[in-house]
Amino acid sequence: MATESFEELAETFEFLDDWEDRYRHVIDMGRAMDGLDEALQVPATKVDGCASQVWIMPQIDGQGPDARFDFKGESDAMIVRGLIAVLHALYSGVRVGEVGKVDAVAELGRLGLNDHLSAQRSNGVRAMVERIRTVAAEAAAS
Amino acid sequence: MSFDVQAVRADFPILSREVNGKPLVYLDSGASAQKPQVVIDAISYAYSYEYSNVHRGLHYLSNVATEKYESVRGVIAKFLNAGSEDEIVLNSGTTEGINMVAYGWAMPRMEAGDEIVLSIMEHHANIVPWHFLRERQGIVIKWVDVDANGDLDPQKVIDAIGPKTKLVAITHLSNVLGTKVDVKSITQAAHEKGVPVLVDGSQSAVHMPVDVQDLGVDFYAITGHKLYGPSGSGAIYVRKDRMAEMRPFIGGGDMIRDVHRDEVIYNDAPMKFEAGTPGIVQTIGLGVALEYIMSLGMANIAAYEDSLRDYARSKLDGLNWLNVQGQSADKAAIFSFTLQGAAHAHDISTVLDKKGVAVRAGQHCAQPLMEHMGIPATCRASFAMYNTTDDVDALVDALELCHDLFA
Repeated sequence: MATESFEELAETFEFLDDWEDRYRHVIDMGRAMDGLDEALQVPATKVDGCASQVWIMPQIDGQGPDARFDFKGESDAMIVRGLIAVLHALYSGVRVGEVGKVDAVAELGRLGLNDHLSAQRSNGVRAMVERIRTVAAEAAAS
Repeated sequence: MSFDVQAVRADFPILSREVNGKPLVYLDSGASAQKPQVVIDAISYAYSYEYSNVHRGLHYLSNVATEKYESVRGVIAKFLNAGSEDEIVLNSGTTEGINMVAYGWAMPRMEAGDEIVLSIMEHHANIVPWHFLRERQGIVIKWVDVDANGDLDPQKVIDAIGPKTKLVAITHLSNVLGTKVDVKSITQAAHEKGVPVLVDGSQSAVHMPVDVQDLGVDFYAITGHKLYGPSGSGAIYVRKDRMAEMRPFIGGGDMIRDVHRDEVIYNDAPMKFEAGTPGIVQTIGLGVALEYIMSLGMANIAAYEDSLRDYARSKLDGLNWLNVQGQSADKAAIFSFTLQGAAHAHDISTVLDKKGVAVRAGQHCAQPLMEHMGIPATCRASFAMYNTTDDVDALVDALELCHDLFA
């Protein structure tokens, strides 16, 4: 079981048969998402290795492995922004000690979006997931 | 002679495959073209029956491979209408060709403050080698802008040639805008001022007849993989007098006649510019590719692609939410575009890909041009001789979906 919000998302996606509808939903999620303030779009929050520009700002609430993970993200590409919103549903509120156990490939596969995680794709989803896992692991060990 | 696009399509096996469950619409030939069956067969045959190293052994296979490989020099000379096959240096493509000229010809001739004239729409392959000279010996790069239409006024290039100019290095056809450059007029004027001209023919040689003697240029670089040939193949035409002025770029086997402890004697040109074991089979494949397109006729290909450009232009002009960069009247069938609104070039290419339409998204190895236009990235649909009006329709259909999704 993933987070409640991700499970709700997976339920919604069960009714979206073709890729057009899934993409439409992803794009709408990106539109509805609170992005990252422009002032925070700085080198420290930039995720490298993406064809489009991507920023992630993690927010850790608490101490140690039980602290809750959250983040704000932004991209100049609309599909990627939507995928950030999907990742937000997947990771927001998860204990930092548990973040590494989330199987992002499998979870996005449930939405039919896992092709965005293949190593060859340079859209940055994979790099974002890696950044999330690293930050959470560091927070859990602190 | 007419041009039968369906017969040409049938020669390219990859064009009948599907991508993402849709028939492939390949509009990325500007990045690299697909290969006809004759080229694929030639590669397979060479490795199956006629492979050995070239220029070395005296055994049967080495002789056969050498003969096949060396015969390509003549094919390229014919393709470019060079005066002699000795003016053709075989290499891995345009990037290597331009780097060879930068290192072998320009570097020893240029001092700090000397100038080289480039257009703003050069590919990085015709920019970065000159940046090396700027960084390492203080040469100055003079940039000539295109106008709002994407046209390059040849007079502006000519006016940029000053007393310190040592070379004009310019594309014949922009890989982003499709703009054709009047290199003949530029070359005439440059020569009157005693300045040689290097032409990046990566795109142009694919889409129109090229006659290096008529153009009068000093250097003309082509790349095999865009010419329906194998990747890692290519050539540069170097006029005989320039060839004599040029020092070798890469040292190694094959480019020497004698090597001693304290002395080295180079092979004759053009061999002295071809060090090491070359792309033997790639080059053989390039020869076959060039024979193939010459049998179709470069003028026929150009005329067909002009009609395709006109059709694409009329269709794309009908999309009032689409911004096409480059409106030069006789441009090649290369269309770089952005969508009005927030959609990123990568958004568009992702959706097009889902519809089976392959385009390139990004900066197209032409960042100075993108800066000049003030656009961070575009999508580029680049057509080739095997594309059809159906491909244009598929592109327009997929773009309409993008507009629907992202507007």
